[in-house]
Amino acid sequence: MAKQVPLVDYLELGDSPHLVANECTSCGARFFGRRNACAKCGKTEFAQVAVGTNGEVRAFTIVAFAAPGVPVPYVAAWVDCDGTSVRGNLINVEPDPEHVTLGMKVRLATQSIGLDEEGTEAIGFGFEPLGG
Amino acid sequence: MAAEDVWVLGIHMTKFGKHPDLDLVDLASEAVLGALADGDVEMKDIGVIGAGNLMGAAAGIGQQLQKQVGQTGIPVYNVANACATGATALRVAIMAIKAGETDMGLAFGVEKLSGAGLLGGGPRREESPNWTPSGRLGAIAPIDGRIGTENMPGVFAQIGMEYGHRYGGTSFELFAKISEKNHAHSTLNPLAAYTKRMSLEQIMGDVMIAYPNTRPMCSANCDGAAAAVVVSGSKLKTLSLEQQRRAVKISASVLTTDPWEESCQVLPDVSTLTRNAAKQAYEQAGLGPSDLDLVELHDCFATAELVHYDNLGLCEPGGAVDFFNSGATWRDGSLPVNVSGGLESKGHPIAATGIANVWEVSTHLRGEAGDRQISGARVGLTHVIGLGSACGIHILEKAA
Repeated sequence: MAKQVPLVDYLELGDSPHLVANECTSCGARFFGRRNACAKCGKTEFAQVAVGTNGEVRAFTIVAFAAPGVPVPYVAAWVDCDGTSVRGNLINVEPDPEHVTLGMKVRLATQSIGLDEEGTEAIGFGFEPLGG
Repeated sequence: MAAEDVWVLGIHMTKFGKHPDLDLVDLASEAVLGALADGDVEMKDIGVIGAGNLMGAAAGIGQQLQKQVGQTGIPVYNVANACATGATALRVAIMAIKAGETDMGLAFGVEKLSGAGLLGGGPRREESPNWTPSGRLGAIAPIDGRIGTENMPGVFAQIGMEYGHRYGGTSFELFAKISEKNHAHSTLNPLAAYTKRMSLEQIMGDVMIAYPNTRPMCSANCDGAAAAVVVSGSKLKTLSLEQQRRAVKISASVLTTDPWEESCQVLPDVSTLTRNAAKQAYEQAGLGPSDLDLVELHDCFATAELVHYDNLGLCEPGGAVDFFNSGATWRDGSLPVNVSGGLESKGHPIAATGIANVWEVSTHLRGEAGDRQISGARVGLTHVIGLGSACGIHILEKAA
């Protein structure tokens, strides 16, 4: 199998792909990406925690017009995964308001972004409807 | 000793729209000379300048302006604060007066944005031949469009949708009706970029940008400038009776940023900082939402206007949909909102917006708004949001 790399460093690949947050050991605030200090309490210690892979759509938009080179339409969303807010696209669903609804239940899913010259495959993530 | 009261002495906005023959400094000069003439003062009377231009923030628009209208050696503060740039420039002048550094200040905001197209999110170029992590997320490729959206219509669409998820009652049609109102209002505003009324069908049938925002539901990129001369209360007393009669009291001037909220790294939170700013502003002014006769709020997208009814306390918590459906925010309603046409129709030359809305309200309070005058207006509120985020609110009162 070709070597794989995640789109972002907070996506953990493997047998059960999931997102990893930096959680402030002092106040519990969660962040994606590198942090200098906690935006909530200012402390500097973080622990890596796995974020739940099931969630509920709190908000979405169907982007029909994007910057050059960005394929449209796509569904951008804010998904609540057991109290941790996550930004991601809704995938494996028709991008129209009949199929995408507020409050719909979704789960994390990965998809290929493509290969580079050395044959390494980039893997991104999105959320797909549960039971779809 | 209590800090000085601060008043708008002179204020001016240019026509918003396409100005291919005027550069940034021409537009800024027109606004500034207009504000000085309106206040019946000259550059030599001014002790401080707050200067706003977002897209050319590094170029020092304040000094460029001075070289065209008067180099008097006074301090210039060039500011950039996203779409709150104009309000920030105004606050610089107000703060300088309150601090006792001067008794008269000037603020202006100018932008050339015609044809700028979609803002937020850059073009996606050829992918890197080697997936190399970069940036704070260790991303191996651009994430706009792959992990949600960075474009403004999409960001603000989600902000309106989230309100709908929380309280119910929103729909594509509801958001389009908000836009219909603002496009109707601008038919009475000769300085608006767009002055054609649009039907609900036209708005909903127009090009979809980011559901539920179609093109006319997005702020109109255009060129424009606005400027204000502000003065201390004690200085104002030494000026002519006519200047005193037309002066508008700045009863509150507030700037906030977004405090940490759980979801703010996922979707910018434009609500908490607006609520905080509104609370501070009402306290400063000793007034409440029920005292307002008109409001100019930051309808950068139709989806945003709805949430700000609630954030500014214009309606009951969670009641923005019913409030709008009651007709309250139309110009003949109980609390007219964006009678100028708002950002969707008057236009949104970014740095000018936070002073142009003060011009709009001041013009009504002075009884000089012509065909679109809100009769008997005595108190008004202006609001801007700069994503990132910053919120500026000013409450203005008619001279007693």
